[in-house]
Amino acid sequence: MSLEVVDPGPLTTVQDLGRVGWAHLGVPRAGALDRAAAARANRLVGNGRDAAVLETTVGGVTLRARDATTFAVTGAACDVRCDARAAPYGLPVTVPAGTTIRVGAALTGVRSYVAVRGGIDVDPVLGSRSTDTLAWVGPPRLAVEQVLPVGVPTGPLVPVDAAPVASASRVLVLSRGPRADWVEQLAWQALDGASYVVGADSDRVGLRLQGPDVGRARTGELASEGIVRGAVQLPPSGQPLVFLADHPTTGGYPVIAVASDDGLDACAQWRPGDRVTLRVR
Amino acid sequence: MLVEVPDAVAAASLAAWARRVGLAAEEVVPGAATVLVDGADPSAVREALDAWPGDTAPVGPGEPEEEVRIEVQYDGPDLGLVAAHWGCTEAEVVDRHTSLELVSAFCGFAPGFAYLAGLPEEWAVPRLPSPRPRVPAGSVAVADRWCAVYPTASPGGWRLIGTTTATLWDVGRRPPALLAPGTRVRFVAA
Repeated sequence: MSLEVVDPGPLTTVQDLGRVGWAHLGVPRAGALDRAAAARANRLVGNGRDAAVLETTVGGVTLRARDATTFAVTGAACDVRCDARAAPYGLPVTVPAGTTIRVGAALTGVRSYVAVRGGIDVDPVLGSRSTDTLAWVGPPRLAVEQVLPVGVPTGPLVPVDAAPVASASRVLVLSRGPRADWVEQLAWQALDGASYVVGADSDRVGLRLQGPDVGRARTGELASEGIVRGAVQLPPSGQPLVFLADHPTTGGYPVIAVASDDGLDACAQWRPGDRVTLRVR
Repeated sequence: MLVEVPDAVAAASLAAWARRVGLAAEEVVPGAATVLVDGADPSAVREALDAWPGDTAPVGPGEPEEEVRIEVQYDGPDLGLVAAHWGCTEAEVVDRHTSLELVSAFCGFAPGFAYLAGLPEEWAVPRLPSPRPRVPAGSVAVADRWCAVYPTASPGGWRLIGTTTATLWDVGRRPPALLAPGTRVRFVAA
């Protein structure tokens, strides 16, 4: 079983739950940025939650099924076509061998997920099939004419008539982080309810927020320390950065807050220019 | 949970100890003066911390007495600069660098990039004003009070004093990093 890449789009990567347990050697975790969407795609085709899926970035992906296969597209809403025919988004689709599957550009959001029954079965690296885009540990990004092996199904295919999804939140809930004392008390009050714009240079490493400067209570640098997914770092610019799956494992700017886990899935779908509201818990 | 400790060697020691006693955590990441414990039950972490002997002697991931020796060709473009900064000859830079008893304190910047502690305060070296766009893999470098070897080609702002053919990073090897935190390191002239 395999798929052939006809057009990889601007950036399409293989992602699973990520590479856990190697941060102390400087290896980012990686893994699907919108974990709920990736899990939904896997459920729709009867895969386990640890099966690898494809993650697109804004521009979609085109694949050719070399064998009869069942796939599902979730995450950023998009047109799905099998050869010339329209196919449903958010539902399992079974196609015969030779079908060209075209996952269109994102209509809303950023990242669509394509799960194939059996999972993308590229060789794991350090226990994961995820591509990390910071250090490029793991399988390379998809390229034209690449052949992606597909694994053996592990679970039954469950009939699905509809799989509705809640509309995306535009609120990011923060808790105070280990270096919360680097921020002025007044700045904390200002952050709660503050409106920020998603920066154009946001990527799988981090979501950059543009808006009011967050006032520091102290200056200087911090000795390098470990960073978690969701850490909100405050560089000297005063513009916060929310670290996502491909974040560096250590850093020297203070982590003032940590974003809620649910909020990180939403971060994966916010577009540059989107306006978001911060809440401090 | 972020645990504050006195210095980098204590951080490496605590992280190696946590790994050795099998603390259940997704990640245990030493830093320059902290240990991050992620994906663990906070009460289990506190219990483990209470049991930590607090010995700052580094505990390596393998045999404690094991020391990794790295052969270096001292031919780096910044060798003269470091000699000037240390007020000695280039030959003396080699003597000093090979006399250091270093320990891998923590990794970061790139997979397998280990911050090696043990350079005396008075030998601290400033970074380049702006980083080089490409530093070759195997470059042996110093910056601030740290020594390091670039595991892969990358941009970099450290002072380059030599090169090694040692494989610092190999995803097919266990562990993939030659200089995992806690490893004792000595440079030798090739």
